Amino acid sequence: MRGAVVRTHALEARYGDAQALFGIDFELAQGELVAIIGANGAGKSTFLKALTGLVPVERAAVHLFDEAIGGLPPELIVRRGLAMVPEGRRLFPSLSVEENLRMGSFARRAGPWTLDRLYAMFPVLKDKRRSPSGALSGGQQQMVSIGRALMSNPAVLLCDELSLGLAPVVVKEIYAAMPAIAAEGMSIVVVEQDVSLAQSVSSRVYCFQEGRVSLEGPSDRLTRAQISEAYFGT
Amino acid sequence: MGAEVVRSTRAGNAMLAGGAVWVVFAASIPLWGESSWMREMVEMSCYFIFAMMWNLLAGYGGMVSVGQQAFFGLGGYVMLALGNLLGINPFVAIPIAALTGAAIAIPVSIVAFRLQGGYFAIGTWVIAEVFRLTVANIAAVGGGSGTSLTALRGIDRVTRTNLTYWIALSCVIACVGGVYLFLRSKEGLALQAIRDNEVAAESQGIAVGRVKLAVYVVAAFGSAMAGALYFVGNLRISPDAAFGVNWTAFAIFIVVIGGIGRIEGPMVGAVIFWLVNKYFADYGTWYQLGLGLFAVIVTLRFRQGIWGWIQDGFGLSLFPTQRRLRLP
Amino acid sequence: MADTIIQGVLLGGLYCLFALGLSLMFGVMRLTNIAQGDFIVMASFGAVALASVIGERPLWIALVLLPAGFAVGYLLQRYLLNGTLGRDPLPSLVVTFGLSIIVQNALLEVFSADPRALGSGGLNTRSIAIGPVTVGELPLLILATALACTGGLQTLFSQTAAGRAFRAVSDDRDIARLMGVQADRVYATATAIAFALIALAGVFQAMRTTVAPADGPMLLLFAFEAVIIGGMGSFWGTLVGALVLGVTQQVGFAFDPGWGLWFGHLVFLAVLVVRPQGLFPKTKG
Repeated sequence: MRGAVVRTHALEARYGDAQALFGIDFELAQGELVAIIGANGAGKSTFLKALTGLVPVERAAVHLFDEAIGGLPPELIVRRGLAMVPEGRRLFPSLSVEENLRMGSFARRAGPWTLDRLYAMFPVLKDKRRSPSGALSGGQQQMVSIGRALMSNPAVLLCDELSLGLAPVVVKEIYAAMPAIAAEGMSIVVVEQDVSLAQSVSSRVYCFQEGRVSLEGPSDRLTRAQISEAYFGT
Repeated sequence: MGAEVVRSTRAGNAMLAGGAVWVVFAASIPLWGESSWMREMVEMSCYFIFAMMWNLLAGYGGMVSVGQQAFFGLGGYVMLALGNLLGINPFVAIPIAALTGAAIAIPVSIVAFRLQGGYFAIGTWVIAEVFRLTVANIAAVGGGSGTSLTALRGIDRVTRTNLTYWIALSCVIACVGGVYLFLRSKEGLALQAIRDNEVAAESQGIAVGRVKLAVYVVAAFGSAMAGALYFVGNLRISPDAAFGVNWTAFAIFIVVIGGIGRIEGPMVGAVIFWLVNKYFADYGTWYQLGLGLFAVIVTLRFRQGIWGWIQDGFGLSLFPTQRRLRLP
Repeated sequence: MADTIIQGVLLGGLYCLFALGLSLMFGVMRLTNIAQGDFIVMASFGAVALASVIGERPLWIALVLLPAGFAVGYLLQRYLLNGTLGRDPLPSLVVTFGLSIIVQNALLEVFSADPRALGSGGLNTRSIAIGPVTVGELPLLILATALACTGGLQTLFSQTAAGRAFRAVSDDRDIARLMGVQADRVYATATAIAFALIALAGVFQAMRTTVAPADGPMLLLFAFEAVIIGGMGSFWGTLVGALVLGVTQQVGFAFDPGWGLWFGHLVFLAVLVVRPQGLFPKTKG
């Protein structure tokens, strides 16, 4: 695919002695929303960590805007326009809601996302902006985590298991904000356990299985049977 | 015939044999050696035992203490008090002092265990200071300037030196043997599991608090034993000498240089320390500065110590405490 | 008795300056600086040495030593201590312990064991009358400085972007890096500030009393006790802990000079047993 915003080639990653990724080829086009599905331990989170620099990889294995960024420190990668909403929210407990959001703009990238715009998108956060971040409900914390990532005005947004631990109605509310986020041409990767949710929000799906890509294709054309086989590896 | 769990290594068995030979050789030294050698060996034994206890606490128990000298000094003073004030033979007083150290460790742990990590380390130092200040205010044992051990005055010098030496040798063997057996036991494995991952260990049903207390008490026992032994050899005690932090400094040096968390580590470290001490102690401040510098460099560059470096390079293990799975 | 308590409060001001750096380094990166006291003593000797060159002008000496301390702290953290950080507390403890020994012996070599002091142009002898009591000008200045530093640190942490970075990196280093925070530099800056405070404390200590190379450990224990008594949650807590320690020591000295320090240690141990989280514990949301 020409002009891919994010591209990985034969990406491998290890945790100590254990290898977690065995040669992942992946592409994300400008303005696309791609979903990654797979069982626990399939390597989905590891893959996102490899993209953001939290896990060391080969320099040339990851390209962002045609520049090799594999293995660069996270603080440099975010400045180039790649931000992540981490698994489990991981807000800063010592900081209030607003302070957490402000941390997102630490990288000082220019762009449309500001505190005011975030508060317009998630009004409940404005009410609670001085509360300690731990005092919010799961869904509200997820909004803060997304907002924090948006504050860096990324070109590419990675979302790791947004629905984890949240009630379905809350998940729906969160994903309802996606179009607004994608509106200015942001490219998004969504990692999800919920397969039908992943299919419904994305244009393309990758399925990971034991550190490899077992299936890749347009979301609206993959069948239940295909996905099931790729997911479980039968 | 399936997989079996093995403990001993070939090198380990050779070590056992070699160790026995060394013990027989060492025990014979009073018969033909000079008394200055024996005094030196007694002193080194104390450093070694104290270092082994620090290693047990920090390397295996995960508790870094900068105040273990509290029990060292306590052992010395208990031995002295029993000898001077109650007329008990100081050689007999050594194990009693060791037991006293262990007993005192239990209430002390209630305070010390309130803290973790670096603050635990300094907290133990405060406790050692409290011990020092308390003892320095007790006139019966000489107060701030200390006193001499009078209880051994009746014995002639040669016999005293020889007896002290043999007792020191027994203490070293007991220490090494005790630590080795402890680490090979179920409690020892629990300890290493805690060291590797406390949360996981707890989820497996290991009573983390109790195991840590056990290690703390054992380390206090050994430290007190080392302290009592040292002042039997030294014949003079004072609060500063007994409770000085330099004991911990030397223990850290021995363990870190040799390799923490392994039994052979303090042995290698003690030998190196003995050599370094022999040739450089006269340089006073430069010597101590050098020790400090050496410890910093080894920690930064050779995390596993010198023995650990050798062990990783050659795959050796002389005191195997790990159980390995030998597959068919 | 009232006079004893006032003396204790003033002493607590100095202990607060001893303790702020320790509290800061532990708060931001869980690093316990065993050499804290020894670096304070080193700063004291630095002040004395500087005085022999430019005369006894404490203000100028402080103006030189504070930035010097800042630089030393930054470099020390960036190129030595950053390598010791991690889940295992042992490397940082052994390295700072080693530094403690190195500093003590280096001072001994250069300055010998004789105690030294920094003349303050009479500041340490002048008193001022506040209502019914007379207090020394120097202790009052130290207390005022301690209050200012505590307030300054607290403001830095709670109101500034740098403070947010400190708190974020302390909460979750990886996620902070994900936000663009350069953790290595943040750690170095924290230690730099801590060492500037150490330099300040050292200058005051030399003015207030004589210093000797072996004084370090004692100062460390005082700093540590102040932090624990106050609770690890806030810098104001450290100040209160320092004041409590100062007062307890002075009260102890008033009863019997031999038991003064012992009494302070005892109160510390009591707080540890009865209320281990300190007087102002950190409340995590």
